[in-house]
Amino acid sequence: MAEWICRTLRDGGLEGEHAPALTINDTISCPLGSFVFDHILSQLSSFIFCQKSQSNGIVLVALSRSPLYYEQLLKSKGFDVVTSSTWFKILDCCTDPLGWRSKLVDSGSIRNLSSGSSLTVNICKNVKNLDELFSSIIELGKELSGDGKGRFTVAIDSVSSLLRHTSVSSVAALLSNLRSHDIVSSLFWLLHLDMHETRATAALEYMSSMKATIEPIIQSVDGPRGNSENLSLMEQNLRRGKFCVRVKRRNGRVRMMFEELSVEKSGIKFTPLSSEDEMTAQSLVPKVQFNLQLSEKERNDRAKVVLPFEHQGNGKTIQIYDGRKSLNDDKAEPQHTSVPKVDSNRGEIIYFRDSDDEMPDSDEDPDDDLDI
Amino acid sequence: MANAPPSTLLDEALDGKGAAVFSTSPAAGGRMILVEDCVETSGAFVVHHLLKRCLSPHSSDVVVFLSFANPFSHYDRILRKMGCNLSVQRDNKRLMFLDMLMLERLGRDRGKTSEDVFIALFGEIQKAVELSLSHAGRQHITVIIDDVSLMEVDANGSSNLVLDFLHYCSSLTAQFQGCSLITLNHDDVYSNEDRPGLLLKLEYLADVVIKVEPFSTGLATDVHGQLTVSNKGIHDGSGKSRNKVHNFHFRIKDSSVEYFYPGSKT
Repeated sequence: MAEWICRTLRDGGLEGEHAPALTINDTISCPLGSFVFDHILSQLSSFIFCQKSQSNGIVLVALSRSPLYYEQLLKSKGFDVVTSSTWFKILDCCTDPLGWRSKLVDSGSIRNLSSGSSLTVNICKNVKNLDELFSSIIELGKELSGDGKGRFTVAIDSVSSLLRHTSVSSVAALLSNLRSHDIVSSLFWLLHLDMHETRATAALEYMSSMKATIEPIIQSVDGPRGNSENLSLMEQNLRRGKFCVRVKRRNGRVRMMFEELSVEKSGIKFTPLSSEDEMTAQSLVPKVQFNLQLSEKERNDRAKVVLPFEHQGNGKTIQIYDGRKSLNDDKAEPQHTSVPKVDSNRGEIIYFRDSDDEMPDSDEDPDDDLDI
Repeated sequence: MANAPPSTLLDEALDGKGAAVFSTSPAAGGRMILVEDCVETSGAFVVHHLLKRCLSPHSSDVVVFLSFANPFSHYDRILRKMGCNLSVQRDNKRLMFLDMLMLERLGRDRGKTSEDVFIALFGEIQKAVELSLSHAGRQHITVIIDDVSLMEVDANGSSNLVLDFLHYCSSLTAQFQGCSLITLNHDDVYSNEDRPGLLLKLEYLADVVIKVEPFSTGLATDVHGQLTVSNKGIHDGSGKSRNKVHNFHFRIKDSSVEYFYPGSKT
């Protein structure tokens, strides 16, 4: 499914449609969003590198992690950093987002302003001006596409930092301008859900065609920290998470998909969500003295019990014991069970209609005698 | 002092087992450590521990200490008891102590805005980092901030300015491999509703979060509280210490702190 997302971003948008956009959401209890971001970034990089993609290159807006980090990432995925400038460009909003360093350099108190990375990096010195940011992204993209016709992918890490510096509306304007621009093939961004109001996250969700949320597989119960169970949960959540994808089609149809993701030494891995985890989730949550769950045997036994409905629907004539028949009927065996005897491993409920005064299926109003 | 000091549970939680000396292992650099404490249990001892570790005679690390909380003499007295002389270290140029309690520091008395003060402060830190990393080969430098909530007071309550400043400081750790950042913050001075921003942002920024909390079942004579160390840093090295959560108890003694696993002490 993560592959499916990458393919959708790779294939880009149709002529005259908005570019597909992906929001990656995470929270502090399961902060794996940046791993997913890196995964998608490297997947798209290899698609672009092999020229399998609609876009010719990636413009990465680095707000929370430095260009050096991404250089390491590209290296670890086996890309040649030196030649990468033909398809990979970074707009560095991390090294000097507010122009402090350039102020200090101007006043002579510090020396260098380089981010120390050998990637092609353009430094943005004022992230508060989103118009400027927008035009620098487009400019970098045009450099990538060469003749000005090719399209490119925009990656933003992370929108949360943008939202801290500016308002929701201006960030929304930036994203929607990017989405509707002709030469943007697709875009994706990372957002820390718990740092923003719901209206901000909702506004950004409206603008994305796909939303991937990383949730803890097992929701932790509120309890004192230091409780060994909570501790292992915390540790689990740093390694594994539930990857929930919500896809909006053009016609408005919404699809939900779930997968499990785990962070391993070699990278990130997606597996189908196993029911085993749900079972452990069930067995972990209620810790009371009472037996709240049924064992497998108990569950089977319960399934076998025939409920005392008078109409069992097994084709036999319905015989109802109304409390009097046994007096009139000389038959030795009164028909007081609703079900014939069956083999002994089936459960059975024996039900007597115990009252004389109400006829079965009587049309009479039972409250007739009340004086209302 | 022929051998390296014995590694405690805290050191192990920070570096992974076996790596006793934090400061000299190359993988340990470039990290950001966030210490979170609360009113009942102060996390100051963790800061002292880390400060002492950085200044240990077995390494040649440099520390830039940004104090918004206490004057130099305070730390000097505590660290002297722990067997580390800060005045000597300061004379050796291994400790650069920036006392932010002094009004005249960075021209605050001359009516500068708090943003200008923070820019100048960052300039001093970057200068120190550049200087120390340029001349002595592969040295480490650690920037310690005590504490973030008082820094916010200094910034006239603008948490955005504090976050900008911390972003710049952490960009130093990204830029220079040998630079680490350690910050202390109080957990309970922020209300959940109006803005969880500062605390959460710091947690997102940090590679290691050390939470100092009172003992979950109440006060005890021989246990003073518990530490939870969440290590989400990605280390390219052995990969031992990644994505781990450690929890242990501590007892603060006169000149040292004892760390032990729950139930392991009689």
